Amino acid sequence: MTLYLIKRLAVLVASTAVAGVVVFAFMALLPGDPAEVALGVNATPEAVAALRKQFGTDRAPVAQFLDWFGGLLHGDFGTSYVTSSPIGPQITDRLGVTAVLVLGGMVVALAIAVPLGTFAAVHHRNPLGAAISAVSQVGIAIPAFLAGILLVFVFAVQAQALPSGGYVPIAENPGEWLRSLLLPWLSLGLVQGAVLTRYVRSAVLDVMREDYLRTARAKGRGSTGALWRHGLRNASIPVVTVLGLQLATLLIGAVVVERVFVIPGLGDLLLNGVAGRDLLLVQGVVMVLVAAVLLINFVVDVAYHLLDPRLR
Amino acid sequence: MRGRVNAGLVVGGLLVGLVVLAAVVSFFWTPHDPTLVDAARKLQRPGGGYLLGADKFGRDTFSQLMVGARTTLYVGIVAVGIAAVIGTPLGVVAGMTPRGWLSELIMRVNDLVFAFPALLLAVMLGAVYGAGTLTAMIAIGVATVPAFARVARAATLQVMVTDYILAARAAGRRRTAIAVRHVLPNIGSVLIVQASVSFAIAILAEAALSFLGFGTRPPTPSWGRMLQESQELLFATPRLALWPGLAIALAVLGFNLLGDGLRDFLDPKLRRIRAES
Repeated sequence: MTLYLIKRLAVLVASTAVAGVVVFAFMALLPGDPAEVALGVNATPEAVAALRKQFGTDRAPVAQFLDWFGGLLHGDFGTSYVTSSPIGPQITDRLGVTAVLVLGGMVVALAIAVPLGTFAAVHHRNPLGAAISAVSQVGIAIPAFLAGILLVFVFAVQAQALPSGGYVPIAENPGEWLRSLLLPWLSLGLVQGAVLTRYVRSAVLDVMREDYLRTARAKGRGSTGALWRHGLRNASIPVVTVLGLQLATLLIGAVVVERVFVIPGLGDLLLNGVAGRDLLLVQGVVMVLVAAVLLINFVVDVAYHLLDPRLR
Repeated sequence: MRGRVNAGLVVGGLLVGLVVLAAVVSFFWTPHDPTLVDAARKLQRPGGGYLLGADKFGRDTFSQLMVGARTTLYVGIVAVGIAAVIGTPLGVVAGMTPRGWLSELIMRVNDLVFAFPALLLAVMLGAVYGAGTLTAMIAIGVATVPAFARVARAATLQVMVTDYILAARAAGRRRTAIAVRHVLPNIGSVLIVQASVSFAIAILAEAALSFLGFGTRPPTPSWGRMLQESQELLFATPRLALWPGLAIALAVLGFNLLGDGLRDFLDPKLRRIRAES
């Protein structure tokens, strides 16, 4: 296990570094010089050269990369060429909002998928179980932002029970904070819940066919008790893998959902950065999102090994 | 044929057929010019030749949906094409030399690309080159490569242990000949199923990108942008969000059902390959 952990950790570090090179190279391809853009067309060559020196863009690309990537390691994302403010604090502020959004969406998805998927598996021969499968198939076809628009229509326009958008920080008013996040959580969670339901169903179905479950029942446990005690842990192995993939999907889905509900998260920051041509900001946010996806994959792989002793 | 026609295949085929029909017909005929701005018909209610009404610029919703189907299919075909053309050979090579360094390299690069979702790639491409249908297609295509490579690799691994491959090798066939003559035809059905499923994901991605303004540019109609334009009018005219939303959901549902149906139709054993990959 330790050896596996070390090897997997090395892969994580290496991929993050290579991803950093890719993101940096991509942005460095950009036509145009940030110093020239910042000063406008009437700038003197001397002024441009001075600003270039200040930005550090007069140095070799490799030196620029090492400086940028080295800075990332201790949370320094550089200073925006456009707004002249440090990027790191903006990202950390927004990261919290997005993390709460994604985790809430995950909780909603799990709260839907585990009971429904298990139910659909246990009752896979009767109409209700089949109906759950059919509804989940439709749920998969609805993108999170469309779910968001539909939810706004039902709960904000028709029922006028929840706000159609906006965000209230928890420190300001916890009640309003919760109200502002309910619909975004549901938009992310309902769709992923539909996807997850299918996986939970097929995982539980597989487990139900296993000999050890029959043995447990033969030893006098009821079928629910046997499933609860022996089945769910085994069924959780494939589900955890999908959950990890979904966490990454949710993170990207959050970018779009933040736009629907006007929530100041990382996605909002990213899109504002693109609109304002603040490329160092875009570079920083993309790097954080990619690193998050890599980290999620790492955690999933490790969790997989912990859950399944056969893999050790 | 090997399988039995099933419900998924029929319903999925019908829905996909409907999208294709709308797109093809839109080349010859739409009820109105989908990009024609007409202040007199601003937010017109359904009826009077405007089957589903008109948007805030007086453009006919039904005509926009028809031409939007074209955009959706165009992006899906190019994106899935990119993914299949790049991903399949990589997966086959990785599957034919499972213990080699090349296989290891391909799968590592694959994992890395996997960390760049279509949306991030499209935003990066958009920031550098300016967003449009082309950048969206390329981003979605590149982001789908890992899925194709993984599925192709898993299927190739299964084909490589069969007797006919052993026979071909014993007969002294070159690797490229084995790949083209024996491996590709036998993993074809897996790839077709993957293409259908990837198509559904590409439609979702294109809709999200157009919604964010990183996809198809105006005035070309696109379902995702129709939704984005409808959002501010959700209180007054919710039907403007209903139709493009329904179109996206039905198209995605169609390709997903078609994929599942094809899997069962072409080879029931395929369920296993996909589950393992």
